[in-house]
Amino acid sequence: MTIDMRDLGRIGFTEDQATLLDLATDFCLRRSPISTVRRLMEDEMGHDPAIWQEMGELGWLGVAIPEAFGGSGLSLAEVVPLVEQMGRRLMAGPFVSTTLAAQAILVAGTEDQRRTVLPRIAEGVPASLALAEAEGNWDLEAVTCLAKAAGPGRLTLSGTKVLVGDAHVAQWFVVSVLYEGHPALVLVPASALPDGAMRREGIIDETRRAFRLCLDGVDLPDSALMDPALAQTGLRHLHLAGNLLGAAEMVGGTQACVDYTIDYLKTRTQFGKLIGSYQAVKHPTVEAYVAYEQARSHLYSAAHCFAEQGTGEIATRMAKAQADAAYSFAADRAIQFHGGFGFTWDCDAQLYRRGAIWHAAQYGDGAYHKRKLVSLLF
Amino acid sequence: MSEVDPKDFAAYAEGADAWFRENVVRDPGFMLPLTFMEVGTDRQFDFLRDWQNRVYEAGYLGAAWPKAYGGGGLPQAFQNEANRAMRRHHGPIMLNAIGLNWTGPLLLDLGSEAHRQKHLKGILSAEDIWCQGFSEPENGSDLGNAQTRAVRDGDDYVVNGSKIWTTLGRFAKYMILLARTDTTAPKKYDGLSFILTPMTVPGVETVPIRKLTGEHGFTQTFFTDARIPAEGLVGVEGGGWKVAMRTLEYERGARGGQAGGHVAMGTNAFDVVNLASRMSRAGAPLLEDPLMADRMIEFMMEIQSLALCSQRTQVPALIADRPSGIPLSSKLMSTEMTRRLNAFAIRLTGQSGAYYVDEPGAVDNGIWARAYLNSFSATIGGGTSQIQANIVGEHVLGLPKS
Repeated sequence: MTIDMRDLGRIGFTEDQATLLDLATDFCLRRSPISTVRRLMEDEMGHDPAIWQEMGELGWLGVAIPEAFGGSGLSLAEVVPLVEQMGRRLMAGPFVSTTLAAQAILVAGTEDQRRTVLPRIAEGVPASLALAEAEGNWDLEAVTCLAKAAGPGRLTLSGTKVLVGDAHVAQWFVVSVLYEGHPALVLVPASALPDGAMRREGIIDETRRAFRLCLDGVDLPDSALMDPALAQTGLRHLHLAGNLLGAAEMVGGTQACVDYTIDYLKTRTQFGKLIGSYQAVKHPTVEAYVAYEQARSHLYSAAHCFAEQGTGEIATRMAKAQADAAYSFAADRAIQFHGGFGFTWDCDAQLYRRGAIWHAAQYGDGAYHKRKLVSLLF
Repeated sequence: MSEVDPKDFAAYAEGADAWFRENVVRDPGFMLPLTFMEVGTDRQFDFLRDWQNRVYEAGYLGAAWPKAYGGGGLPQAFQNEANRAMRRHHGPIMLNAIGLNWTGPLLLDLGSEAHRQKHLKGILSAEDIWCQGFSEPENGSDLGNAQTRAVRDGDDYVVNGSKIWTTLGRFAKYMILLARTDTTAPKKYDGLSFILTPMTVPGVETVPIRKLTGEHGFTQTFFTDARIPAEGLVGVEGGGWKVAMRTLEYERGARGGQAGGHVAMGTNAFDVVNLASRMSRAGAPLLEDPLMADRMIEFMMEIQSLALCSQRTQVPALIADRPSGIPLSSKLMSTEMTRRLNAFAIRLTGQSGAYYVDEPGAVDNGIWARAYLNSFSATIGGGTSQIQANIVGEHVLGLPKS
């Protein structure tokens, strides 16, 4: 073994992270009370455009965008506390989709694409990613959708993407395709999608919006093609960034879920005693809490080490796997410990459980990442 | 503490690294204990006492304790650096754990000037070995119910009763004793006192206890009309429960100020990975079995969690919601993880798991089986894991008392 524990990641925390954590903690608490979350679940749009606009004004969409393109020139490490707090308050909206789309353009876009699109995103214009396909392969390079040359200077797309987040508001889509036999990325403006190309999907987490996107007949100038030489790097980056921000949302959700359960255990009485005094309930709650602390430690290690060759990938996969385990367990027990109320729609435990299941299905679950870690470490 | 000159610090760090590189003896020709709770033979004891003494004399133990009491008078960062060097070079454990980690910081915190003058230097040099007299045969987790009696008689307490699980009992010169000085106090906790007790006076007898491993690790201690000088009282008579609780915070690592060094070798995930990489099943490397590989990764993540949580406690902004959460749960998490990891290690050895220490067929001389059986000393001692879970539930999460 040549590896030591330091190669698996370590904690570091910048002033900027601390400031953004403070701001986001307060903002998300005020803007996303559970009553708002539940109202927006029933709303077709699914999020509040006024809050989205506010985030844009705060500069949150540009945190990880270089100053040259209108952002503040920080990194995903500084985005993590924002997303964590959004996850904690189950805050709806296209923030993560848009941030990841910007990352794709930054890492794998052409100079022209960066110059034209990144400043718009930094101002708060939503964008998204269309990566997943029906086969459900978490390996982003396993693509079947096609981009083909269609006459001089033109491309046409074919195939279907699924689970495209926030497609109803996105103004651009970063779409993975096969182009000349290799995985490639294409930047598709929403205006290029034919009528009826989009269908809202029924998903387990009703605080979100996801869509099936039919690409058949999408016709584009070939300048829509992102840099083919960087496609692999871009997909790899998106996979890890998706997992990092997913883990951040999950850790936030886990904290809220544990707190929500604790509140109930302190107020609900059975057999003349508060149910939190029973060790059969107390001890698993402690287990859920400690798993949350561990997941949060992994998250901030991954955030800190994300850009490091080797360690970044290890720490990110560990963070997602740990977040999956912690969120799933905490939310599962949250339903159980709320007893009969836990079985109802009105108990928030189900919201957390559904969120955990959604995230496990995005960019790979715990088992998948552990399998990847086996190849990285043994 | 005054400002640290970075040049002094660098020189100290370099010196520590060189000293441990040069002086660590990894194999003295007999099996060294992995933790201070496993010191069973005179040979082990003599070796470890000499080792601690040399580390202290070299300036790498008690570096942050005050000079007036035999310490180095340096900032904590110096001792932390020495600790890292000690671990890096696989230094054997510090023998006098109860003195270095619990009694010492406790006396610096709540002891009298006379206590500090009398005891701290001997703790560092390993001249005075310490043990702990908290648990009793009938009162383990229910420490507040301790029944060993101490009756004031002139300048002494006359002590009768019995303490159990006395780690290092047969080697110790002093004990931190929790005894009942008042049987009429309305609350059982208010009748207890905390007394620094010499073990070498008439009426104190230790009897070895044979552990589940077959070794003799600790003792039962019997007090029969033992006259213990009252000058050893820490705090006030009847105030022993609070002192004992503070001691447990030092014991569990929830409070800092320990003299330094490690008192257990700790289980390194990579030692177990290394074990796994040497094992095969049906002709194929064991880690090609996806189930075993998955479990191994989970352990690495868990061990990494503990390291990261410990680092996180240095970042106040990242523990603001429940600042005591990680410190108060670290004993629970690390001891339980160690127990499970050692059990997993035995599984890795397959059929050889049937063998025990010193049998030629035993993998690594049976160290995994012994480590697993010994690991219960940590999940039971110092407050069982079940009590720890109550503590976290009640003190960190604010759940109602069980």
